[in-house]
Amino acid sequence: MKKSTLLGLLVLVIRRDLVLAMRRRADVLTTLIFFVMVVSLFPLGVGPEMSMLRKMAPGVLWVAALLSSMLSLGRLFSADYLDGTLEQMMLAPQSLSMLVLGKMTAHWMVSGLPLVLMAPVLGLQFDMPVQALGVLIIGLLLGTPVLSMVGAIGAALTLGLRGGGVLLSLLVLPLCIPVLIFGTGAVEAVSTGLSVASHLSLLGALLVLALVFTPWVTAQALRISME
Amino acid sequence: MAINWFKYSAPTTFYGLAGKLIPWFALSAAILFAIGLYIGFVVAPVDAQQGEFYRIIFIHVPSSIISMFLYLIMAGYAALGLIFNTRLSAMMATAIAPTGALFAFISLWTGALWGKPMWGAWWVWDARLTSELILLFLYLGYIALHASIDDPRRADRASALLAIVGSVNVPIIYFSVQWWNTLHQGSTIKFTGTSMHIAMQQAMFTMLAACWLYAIAVVLARVRSIILEREKHTLWISELPEVKG
Repeated sequence: MKKSTLLGLLVLVIRRDLVLAMRRRADVLTTLIFFVMVVSLFPLGVGPEMSMLRKMAPGVLWVAALLSSMLSLGRLFSADYLDGTLEQMMLAPQSLSMLVLGKMTAHWMVSGLPLVLMAPVLGLQFDMPVQALGVLIIGLLLGTPVLSMVGAIGAALTLGLRGGGVLLSLLVLPLCIPVLIFGTGAVEAVSTGLSVASHLSLLGALLVLALVFTPWVTAQALRISME
Repeated sequence: MAINWFKYSAPTTFYGLAGKLIPWFALSAAILFAIGLYIGFVVAPVDAQQGEFYRIIFIHVPSSIISMFLYLIMAGYAALGLIFNTRLSAMMATAIAPTGALFAFISLWTGALWGKPMWGAWWVWDARLTSELILLFLYLGYIALHASIDDPRRADRASALLAIVGSVNVPIIYFSVQWWNTLHQGSTIKFTGTSMHIAMQQAMFTMLAACWLYAIAVVLARVRSIILEREKHTLWISELPEVKG
C-alpha cells in the first residue's frame, strides 16, 4: 500500500464513507424526511397564523435540524465498529484524528448538507423573507458541521452500548445549545434590523474551535471505547 | 519528616480515612445548618422590597454556587483519573455527580419558589435559570453515561472525557445564554463590597459553609460505598470488621 499524505488520507476516508452512504441511500433519506416531517408538524401543533409561524420559523428549523442530526449520529461509527474496520483504522500508522475528521466530514455531507439545502424550501412554507432565508442558510452551513463534530464525540463514547441512541442525544444536545442560540439569533437579527455579523462570527468561531479539538477528543473517546 | 502525599490516593487507605472524617463533616454541617437557618429565619431583618420571601436565598444561593463548583471539581477528578490512571480519582468523580445534580435541582426548585412571588412566574427563560438547567442536564448525561456502561474502567474513562468536554463547554454555554436573554438580579455580594445587611451576610455564609460540609460528608460516604462495591473481591475488604461481622 502506498503511503498517502495527510490530505490524501482525508480524501480517501471521505470518499469511502460517501460511497458506503450512497449504497444505503435509504438511511440518508430517512434523516431528511424526518427533518421535513418535524418542521411540518409545528404549524399543525401551534395553528396556521402566518405572523406567528414567521416568528417561530428559525427556531423550529434549527431545532429540527438538531434532532435529525442526532438521528444519524448513531451510524457514524457503529457499522465500522461491528465489522472490525474501526479496529483496523486504529491500528493504522496514520493519525486517528485525521481519519475521524474524514468520517465527520463525510457524515456532515450526508446528513447535514441535505438539511441545509432543504431548509430554504421549508422556510418558504413558514413565509420567511428572502433575506432571512439567506442568513438561515449561512448559519446552517456554519452550524451543522459543529453538530456533526460535537455529536461524533458522543457517538464515540456510546459506541456499542445498549440504548446508545437515546443516551447519545442526552449527552450531545446540551453541548449543542450555543450553536442553536447563535444560529437562531442571526436570523432574528435580520428581522429586527440588527447586524448579523456578530452571530455569524461567533458561529464561525465555534466551527473553528470544534474543527481543532473535536477530532482529537473523538479519537481519544474511540480509544477508550475500544480498549 | 517526609510526608507521603500519595498515601491516601489508594482506596485501601482512603477508605479508613474517609470513615474517620465523615462524622466530623456531618456533625459540623448539622451545627452550621442550625445556626445558619436560625440567623436566616429569626435574626435577619425583613427585606424592604422582597418582604419575607427573600429568605429563600439562604438555600438558593449556596446550592447554586455549590452545584457549579462541584461540576468543576468533578471534571478535575475525572481529568486526574484519566491522566494518571488513579482509581480513586475516578471513584470521587462518580461520587460527586449525584450530589451536584441534587444541588442543581434544589437551586432550580427554590428559584421557582422565589420567582413566583417576585416575578409572578414559576419559570422564566432567564440566562441564569437556563444555564443552571443545562448544568443539571450535563450532570444527568454524565450519570446516565456512567450507568449504561457495564465495564467500570471504560465507564470511568468515557464519563471522565464527557465531564472534561462539558467543563470546556460550560463557559461557552454560560456566555451564549447570557447574551441570549437576562433578567436575573445581579450578584449582591461582589468583591468590591456589598449592599447586604450584616445578619443576612452571616446567614448566607454560614449556610454556604454548611452546604459545603454536607456535600463533602455525602461524597465521602458515597465514595466509601463505591470502594466497597468495586473492590469487593479483594482481600482487604473481606478482612474489614464491618464486612466480616
